[in-house]
Amino acid sequence: MPKENFFAGIDIGSRTCKGVIINDNREVVASDLRKTGLDSKNIAEISFKKMIESSAVKKDKVKYVVSTGYGRANADFAQKEITEISCHGYGAFNLFSDIRGIIDIGGQDSKVIRLNDTGKVIDFSMNDKCAAGTGKFMETMAVTLNLTIDEISKIGLNAEKAVDISNVCTVFAESEVINYIHKGESKKSIIAGLYKSVADKVMKQVNKVNPSPQIVMSGGVAKNEGVVQMLEKQLESNLKIPESPQLVGAFGAALLAFKNYNNN
Amino acid sequence: MTKHYEMWDKLGLDLDKHDEFLAPIPEVYDEMFLSQNNRPEHMDYYDYVVSDIHGIRVKELVEEKEKGNPVISSFCVFVPDEIVTGLGGQAIGLCAGAPMPVSAAEKELPGNDICPLIKSSLGFKMENICPYFEVSDFVIGETTCDGKKKAWEIMDDYIDTYVMELPQMKTESSRQLWEDEIHRFKNHLEDYYDRELKPADLDNAISLINEKRSVLKRLYNTRKAKPAPISGKDALLITQLAFFDKAERFIEKTTELCEELENRIENNVGVFAEDTPRILIAGTPMPLPSWKIHDIIEQNGAAVVCEETCTGTRYFEDMVPEDGNTIDEQISNLAERTMNINCACFTPNTDRVDDILRLAENYNVDGVVYYNLEFCQTYNMEYRRISKALDENGISSIHIESDYGDSDIAQLQTRIQAFIEML
Repeated sequence: MPKENFFAGIDIGSRTCKGVIINDNREVVASDLRKTGLDSKNIAEISFKKMIESSAVKKDKVKYVVSTGYGRANADFAQKEITEISCHGYGAFNLFSDIRGIIDIGGQDSKVIRLNDTGKVIDFSMNDKCAAGTGKFMETMAVTLNLTIDEISKIGLNAEKAVDISNVCTVFAESEVINYIHKGESKKSIIAGLYKSVADKVMKQVNKVNPSPQIVMSGGVAKNEGVVQMLEKQLESNLKIPESPQLVGAFGAALLAFKNYNNN
Repeated sequence: MTKHYEMWDKLGLDLDKHDEFLAPIPEVYDEMFLSQNNRPEHMDYYDYVVSDIHGIRVKELVEEKEKGNPVISSFCVFVPDEIVTGLGGQAIGLCAGAPMPVSAAEKELPGNDICPLIKSSLGFKMENICPYFEVSDFVIGETTCDGKKKAWEIMDDYIDTYVMELPQMKTESSRQLWEDEIHRFKNHLEDYYDRELKPADLDNAISLINEKRSVLKRLYNTRKAKPAPISGKDALLITQLAFFDKAERFIEKTTELCEELENRIENNVGVFAEDTPRILIAGTPMPLPSWKIHDIIEQNGAAVVCEETCTGTRYFEDMVPEDGNTIDEQISNLAERTMNINCACFTPNTDRVDDILRLAENYNVDGVVYYNLEFCQTYNMEYRRISKALDENGISSIHIESDYGDSDIAQLQTRIQAFIEML
C-alpha cells in the first residue's frame, strides 16, 4: 500500500496540548507538545499546523483527525471526539500489547484504566473535581519549595523517610508542607512525602479498578521518577514507561483516526 | 414563560427573585428538549405545561383552596396521596431539583455537606420563589434520612410541616407502624379540614391514583422497544410533571401520548438509531428541573431507557390493592403498596438488587449509570452490592455522584462519554 494517507490525534489537556500524526503503517511521522494556555482552540490549530510544517505532510493527505482530552470539543478540524480514557487505553495497548492496565496522571486529572485481552477498556476510574494527586499538585509544591519540576522529581528518590501529608486538597497540603519546612524536616523526606501522597491517591483508584499487574504509566507525571518509584513500591511491580508518556493519548487518538477512516 | 404577577403577588412570592428563577428556563428547555430530533407530537402538552409552569396549575390550586379544599404538598413517594384526594383535596409533589435556591438554604444551614435536594427544597421556601409552596396549606415530611428529618424542623419555621414516621425495616412491626402512621395522617387531615373520609371516596381516590401509575407503567413499557420511541429526557420530564399535574388530565394526555408511542413501535419509529447503547439510571430522585445526567448521556450518543429512581419506577411500579371495603382495609392496602418500595432507607434492602437486575433485563440495557446526590449515604453505600451483582451478570456500571450545579459538567462529560465508548 503506498504511504500516502495520514491520520492525526490532538490531545488538548488542561495543562498541555499534544499532537501526533501517523502514516498508513501506523508509524509516527510528527508530534508536538505545548502549553495549552487560555486559548485551547487556537493552540490546537497551531499544534496541528506545526506538525504539518515539520513533517512536510500535505494537509489534505491527513484524512482523519480525532480530538481528545479536556478540550476535545475545541478542535474544529477534527472529525471525531473520543475521550482520553479510550485514547490512552488504545495508545498504550498498541505500544505494549502485554499490558492490561494504565495509570495516567496528567495536569489536572488522574485515571486508572483496565483493559481486556484485546485492548478494550472494561473499567476505569477518574479523579473527581479536585486536582490533588495530579501534575498541578506537583507543580504547586515545586513553587512552594522553590524547585524546578525536574528537581522535585528526583530529590526525594530513595529517601529513608517520607513525611505524612494527610490532606488531599492541594491548598491544605501546601500549608502542611510549609509546616514541615518550619519544623526542620529535610527536603528529601518532605518531597518523598509528596510522592507518597500522589501514590496513595492513585492507589485508591487502582484498588477500585483492579487492573492486572502489567501496567503502563502515561501522562506528564510518568516523568517524575520519585512518583514512579513510590507507585512501583506500592504496586509491588514495575511500571512500563513509554518513551514519550505525554503523547500516549494523542498517539491513541491518531490510531483511532486510522481505525475510523479505514472502517468507513 | 407566561407571567401571572397578580396571582404570584397575592401568594406572597418574591417577584424579583421569582423572575430571576424563571428567566433561564425557556433557553435551557429549548436547548435540552425542543431541539431533540423526531420528538413525539404529543409532547406538546408537556411543553405547554413547562411554558406555564407557575401558572395554569397554580391557578387551579388557588381555586381549589378558595373552595375550602385541601392543598397539600410533599417530597416523597411514600406519602399516600390517596388520603388527600379522597378528602377532595389536591396532593402535589414539590420540585427540589434546582441549583438556585441552594445558596439561600446554605445561609441557614451549618456547613455545606448536606444533600442538595434538602438544600434546594428549603431554599425554595426561604426565598419565596415557589408558588406551589405558597398555595399549600401545609407540607408533609417523612423520616427517610437523617438530613430530611432535621430539615423538617427548619421547614416548620417557614410553613406548617407534618412529619410521617417512615419505618426503616420491612418487618411486620414496621408495616404496622406505617399503617398506624397513615391512620394518624388521615385523622390529622379530618381534624384539620373538619371532613370525614368515606370509604367510597377513598375507593375512588385509590382507583384514580392507581390509574395514574398504570399510565406511567404503560409509558415506560414503550421504552422497552428497540429503538426507543421516546427519549429518556422526555420520559423523565413526564414523570416529574406527574407529581403535580391534575391527575385526571395527566392520565388523559399521557394515554394519548402512549397511543402515539405504541404506534411508533409498530412502525419501527424511534428517536435514536437502533444500535444506540441503552442505559438504565439507578439511584436518587431527579426532581424538576434536574435534567443534567440524562442530558449528558443522550448528548453523548446513548439513550436512557429506564430510571430506577423515585422519579421513575419507584414512583409507580407498585399498585394499591383495590379490594378494601372499609377505611381500615383500605389503609392496610395503602401501607402494603409502599412497603413494597425498595428505597435505600430500608435495611436490609437486597430486593433493590433484584429490581435493578430485572429492569436491566426487561429494558435490554447495555449499561447502568448509578447516580446519587452528593452526601446521600444510603444510596452511595448500596452501590457496592449493586455493582457487584451487575458485574456478575455481565452488565457494566459507573457510579456518578453529583449535585444540581454545573461545576462538574466537564468532568461528567468525560466520564460518561468514556463509559458509553466502553459499552
